[in-house]
This record gives sequence, structure tokens and C-alpha cells, in this order.
Amino acid sequence: MADDKEREGTELVIAEFHKKIKDAFEVFDHEANNTVDVREIGTIIRSLGCCPSEGELHDLIVEVEEEEPTGYIRFEKFLPVMTKVLLEKRYRPIPEDILLRAFEVLDPSKRGFLTKEELIKYMTEEGEPFSQEEMEEMLSAAIDPESNSIRYKDYIAMMVVDDG
Amino acid sequence: RFIHKWGHSLLARISTHFTAFKAAALIQRWYRRYMARLETRRCCTWRIFQSIEYAGQQDHVKLHDFFSYLVDHFTPNSNHESEYEARKDSEMEKGSDYESIEVPDNYTGPRLSFPLLPNHATALVEAFRLKQQLHARYVLNLLHETRKHLVQLPNINRVSTCYSEEITVCGDLHGQLDDLIFIFHKNGLPSPERAYVFNGDFVDRGKESVEILMILFAFMLVYPKEFRLNRGNHEDHMVNLRYGLTKEVMHKYKTHGKKILKILQDVFCWLHLATLVDEKVLILHGGVSDMPDLELLAKLDRHKVLTTEVVSCEREGRAGSCPGAGSAPWAPPPGLPRGHRASRSSSIPCSCGPPWGPGAGRCRQQAGPPRAGRRGAPCPPRQKQVVDILWSDPMAQEGCKANTVRGGGCYFGPSVTEQLLQKYNLQFLIRSHERKPEGYEFCHRRKVLTIFSASNYYEVGSNRGAYVKLGPALTPYIVQYQANKETHRLTMRQRISRVEESALRSLWEKLFASSLDLLGEFKKHDADKTGLITLSAWAEAVESVLHLGLPWRMLKPQLVNSSTDNTLEYKSWLEDLAKEQLSRENIQSSLLETLYRNRPNLEAIFRITDSDHSGFISLDEFRQTWKLFSSHMNIDITDDCICDLARSIDLNRDGHIDINEFLEAFRIVEQSSTEGDTSDCPQATNTDNSGCSKPSKR
Repeated sequence: MADDKEREGTELVIAEFHKKIKDAFEVFDHEANNTVDVREIGTIIRSLGCCPSEGELHDLIVEVEEEEPTGYIRFEKFLPVMTKVLLEKRYRPIPEDILLRAFEVLDPSKRGFLTKEELIKYMTEEGEPFSQEEMEEMLSAAIDPESNSIRYKDYIAMMVVDDG
Repeated sequence: RFIHKWGHSLLARISTHFTAFKAAALIQRWYRRYMARLETRRCCTWRIFQSIEYAGQQDHVKLHDFFSYLVDHFTPNSNHESEYEARKDSEMEKGSDYESIEVPDNYTGPRLSFPLLPNHATALVEAFRLKQQLHARYVLNLLHETRKHLVQLPNINRVSTCYSEEITVCGDLHGQLDDLIFIFHKNGLPSPERAYVFNGDFVDRGKESVEILMILFAFMLVYPKEFRLNRGNHEDHMVNLRYGLTKEVMHKYKTHGKKILKILQDVFCWLHLATLVDEKVLILHGGVSDMPDLELLAKLDRHKVLTTEVVSCEREGRAGSCPGAGSAPWAPPPGLPRGHRASRSSSIPCSCGPPWGPGAGRCRQQAGPPRAGRRGAPCPPRQKQVVDILWSDPMAQEGCKANTVRGGGCYFGPSVTEQLLQKYNLQFLIRSHERKPEGYEFCHRRKVLTIFSASNYYEVGSNRGAYVKLGPALTPYIVQYQANKETHRLTMRQRISRVEESALRSLWEKLFASSLDLLGEFKKHDADKTGLITLSAWAEAVESVLHLGLPWRMLKPQLVNSSTDNTLEYKSWLEDLAKEQLSRENIQSSLLETLYRNRPNLEAIFRITDSDHSGFISLDEFRQTWKLFSSHMNIDITDDCICDLARSIDLNRDGHIDINEFLEAFRIVEQSSTEGDTSDCPQATNTDNSGCSKPSKR
């Protein structure tokens, strides 16, 4: 009996996930034909609450692509893979305090800020580097024009509030 | 707890192994997710605007049925139809009496004399930039000259890069003067070396449609070979009734507005249908069908297509399937097909729908003794060609099917484009008609270019505008812009928030307008009468009522305030909706909802009823019209309610309702609070010889 209930519970959860995934997918299905451009997959996955790295994203894309990549991803292939991701709670978002620590690692002398040049250097040369567009966009919001630096604690606080 | 433990172990790993590399990777990962969420919000917002707009267009189609019905039953008969016609014709030829209009001495606006010189046109641009208004006399004069000029021109206009080295093609402007001024500023004013083609939809929605028309027509008269205008689906008096041009003209020109509208209707019919550059690039407003016939297009009597307003089949949700072209066999219109006549009357709709779907293909003759036999050529092919050109959209899938979203024209696939290009030996197609976030978009393997020039179309920050330049090599060179200085200072985050807010406001309104229906649906999901429903049920219910095809679960955080454990107290949610929207508590709430829901239609109805464009309708007319409308649309309002409503609106008890006051009472007049209400206030320059007895309001 308990087993049945549990199974039912999981089924409900899966059904909910399916609807969520469908909604997110449809936002980017511009031609209403159950496909999205492969370049939007990352956005879709992230909009569902996951926070994969670029490498992890690449692996996921390989899973959902056709054998002969067409540049489009079909919903039928995307759904089961994404459902599994949600069920397994993969690619959890990063908590605020961890993020703060990451910034602090880049600021060993604990000044409380990073200069614009330092930020650019780290973001475009380390980790999974930003494109120029990504860098510019981040700078536009993060840099305090007077000091030409980013006070990362404030920055995080601002972004987190806005994220909802 | 679990997250805490996970966090701790991560922290532990970090402190021992953390390098700059890993720290950077973490930040990047987090940031990319943040941007993805922004991007999703942006797409959702766009979808909201689109679906509301298309839903509005569907209303428009239903409304057209109603208008036809109205016309059949309420327009006065004219027994001497031919005399009436002849009188109208001579009036038009006489130039609508503009010569008798006096321009007062204290008029400080721009003055025109004909034939126009380039500096007149430039002076106009400058004058409008300074927010001056052109006197009605000059408006009429200009329109008259424009018409004279257009009548001599062919349907398909040919331009060559031999004469002007570069040609700039601009898309929809929709009354946004700022964008036009920006284009001239950035790209240069028109000249013999700098040719321009404006690809339709100059008017409606924006508040400066009149000024744009004046500028465009002036330059066309000054540089007839280098400055061309294609007709768009908004260059159409029926569409103007609903989407703003009629209102703008009547507001800016209280005495002579009617005359202006009449001649404008004619001018629109005489615009080019398409432009061909070097016989290689075809420019037209909407698109093509799978039976494109440029020869027919070149020969047909374009001025007889007064309006491309269409009667349509039932709308299917955007995400749903559209009927294929083969599914509804072409059915000849019921009764005798009646030819179109070059009618001058502005209040008679005259249209023929695309040959598919139920109830299609109704043709209506001018009011008066109907069924007077066939006149002129059979209407379907001509009308269809023009409708297709002005309304169609490209699609990625192959084939050609009915454009049910717009209610007219079709969706055409890559092979249709290919066919057209091959048949006429063309290189590519430039069209407009659809707004694009970047102002332009290529499709069909870069054979079709959509160009849209109205930036910030939905809201500040919503999209860019663009124009395209062609040199002798005919390689398209695209320039993008956003004609609002503010947007440059905003970050993407702020831009998206503002646009989102605007979209959400529209969505709130729509939800409120359907409160009763929503309550009914919610109750269905609440069999145990707990007052709660799951969020999943909420999403289903909302979609089944509104039919907007929106991703409700994605929008949930913005529409539903804090819901614990995945349920919602729907009654209080609906009450919250109401609190935000209600402005008059003394009117029965269901009536208010109904009016709200039909708000865009109301305005159009009033304007049709107010056939003499006086700005007033009598109480009786209002009651009758509303009764008809509600029975036609199956809305349930009691007679008493209507009477009460009518009486409450007639504030000065003189038996007449002032349209603007009525609409404002329900806050229906478009909110211009962010733009500074200059267009709603009569100009201080006293350019219009109105002699109106009513003191200016607001």
C-alpha cells in the first residue's frame, strides 16, 4: 500500500515536471513545431532552475541532439532527459555564501572589491571564459563608474534580490 | 539539513582546492544562469505582448462581422445612388475645398506652397521635431497633391541603383515620429543621391502618424523618382478606425478631420503595392502566396481595393494546428458576387475574405439599394492578391497555408519564396509587417529579409528598429537603433524589467476582465469546495479561459503572490486582481468586466456609430448599438444596466455622450503617463480653426 502511494506520488511529481518542462520549452519554440534552436537549450535548462557549467551543458546537448545534428532539438528527446535531471536534482544553483567565497578567492588581500581590469582578466582568461558580449554586459551592471571597480558583496546582493 | 551538509562539503572542498580557476568558473556558471533567467523573462514578455496583440486582432475580425451587420441594418438608404456617387466624385476632384480654409495670422506652424521644394520638406521635419502642428489647409493641400501624383504611378514601382547610388529601405513606423527623425538624422535626408523606400504601416498605434504621413508625402512630391512608399495593411481606413489614426486625426483636426480622413482613405488606395529594385529585389509589405502573379499585380486596379479587411475563419491557438490550404475547399461567396466600386464613403466596409474557412468571401456593396446586379470585374482574384501581399508572413515549414492568426493572407514557406524568385529572376525579397526584437531578421536561407523600423514598439526597451541599405551590388547592409536615449543608459536587466512590467500590466487587465469566467473554472477544479486549487490547476484554468497560449507556469511567479505548498486561494487572488483594476464601484462588476474586456472594441464601435465624426453619439444610439453588439457577441447584459450606464455617462444630461469622456471614465484612453501627455492636449499654437464651442478639457 505504502509502495503504491509512493509510486503515485512520484508519478504526480513527474507529471508536474513534464508540464513545467513543456512550458519552458514552448517559450523558445518560435515556430510552434516542438523544436528549439540548440543554442537556446542552455537558457531553457537554466530557466528550469538548474545551474550547469558549460561543460555539463555540452554533455547534455549531446544527449538530446539527433544522431545527425540538425541545429534543432526536438521536444520528444528533450523531455525524458530533462525530467531525469530534475528528478535527480542535478546542477543545483549556487548558494549566495559560496558565491561570495569565490569572489574572495579572487581578492586575496580582502579589499572588498575587484578592479575592472582584474574582473576582466579573471572572467575572460580563467574558468570557462566569457565572450566579449558577456563581459560587456556584466561590466555594465557590476562596475561602479566612479571607482571603476566592483564591490562584489553589494553586487551579489543586488543580483540575488532581482532574481526573485 | 541536506543543503547545509552539501554546502559544507563544497566549502570544505573549496578551501582546500580552490584556485582562481575554479572560483572564476563558479562565478561564470552563476552569472550565465542569471542571464538565462533574464533572457527567459524577456521571451515570455514578448510572448505576452504578441498573444495579446493577436488576440486583439481576432477581436477585430469578430468586430468586422458586427460592423457588416450594423451597416446592413443601420446605414441610411440612398435612393439616388448614382447621383450621390457623382456628387462625391466631383467633390474629390475639386480638392475638398481646401482653398477656402483660412489660415489665421497668428499661426506659427510650417507653411507650404506648391509645387513643393526640398526646403519645404526639410522644414516640415524640423517643425514636427519641435512639436508644431501643420494647419489643416496645408494638410488637405498636400494630400490633394499627393493623390494627383500617385494616380499616375503604376502598381509596381521600379527603382534603379544607377541613378541613386544607394537605396535605403525602412519598415513599419507605426506613428513613431522619433524613429523617422532618427533615421533621417543617422542616414541622411532624402536626396537624388539618397533614395528611400518606406515599406508600409506608417500609421496607427503611435501618436504621430499624421506628422509621419506629412513628411513622407512631402518628400515623395519633392523627389518623385527617389522617394517611394509601399502600401501596408495599416494604410486602410477600416484598420485605422480601430488602431488609432482616425482618433489621432479627429483629435488634432477637430473641424476638418472628416475631410482629411476622406481624402486620406483615397490616397491610401493609390499607394504602390510593391517596389522592384534593379529588377532583382522585390520589396512589399507582408509577403506572397503560392500563386504570386506579378503580371496580374501590375495590371489590377489597385485603387479599387479600399480595404483589405478580412472575414476569417475561427482562430486556433498559436500553438495549435492551423488548417492546411487544402482542408477548406474554395467556396464561392453566397449570392451574386458583387464587384467593388470606387466608393468614396468612409463608413461602408467593403471586403472579401480569403477563400477558406466558414463564412468566408462575403462581399458587401455600398449601402443603398443592394443587389443592383454585377459591376466591374469579379472581386476574388484582385482582392486576394492584394490581401496576400499586405498580410502574409513567412514560416519555416514548407508549403503555404492560411494565416489564421492574422485572419488574412497566408503563411508561406521557403519553397514558395524560391518559386517566386525563380519565376521572376529575383535575388531576394524584403518585407516588413512583423516586429522583430533586433529590428530585422533573415529567413528562407537569407532569401527573405524582414525589416521593422519602429523601435521600442511595445515599450521602451522592448526591441530595436532597423533599416537596410542597398548599393549597386544589392548586398543588404543593416543598421540597427533604438530611438530612445534612455535605453542606452539602462542595463539589460533594467530594460527587461520595464518591458516586463508593461506586459504584466496588460496581462493583469486581461485576467481581471475575465474574472467571472475564471472563478467558474477554478470552482470546477475545486470539487471539495476548499477554496484552494493547485498551481497546476490554476495554469490550466487560466489558459482555458483566456486562450492566449502563454507559458503560465513560467509566468506564475509574477502573477501569483506567495503561495505556500503549491496551492492558491483563488477567491482572494481574484479579489486582489479586482482591487488593482476597479475604478468605479457603483457599476455592477460583471458589466464593468464585460466593458473592460471589450474595451478596444468599444472605441471602434463608437467611431462607427458616430458616422459624422462629431465626437458625440446620442444616448439612444449608444443603447441600440450596445444592445446589438451584446446580442451579436452573446454577452449577457440587461437592458436596465445599459440604461443606467448610458445615463451615468451622460454627465451634463444633454442626451449625448462625448466619446472621449466616456472612454476616459473607464480609463480606456491609452495611458500616456510615461510620455508626458502632450498629444492629448490641444496645441497652444491654435493651428486648427476649430471654432469649437466646448472648452478644451483636461
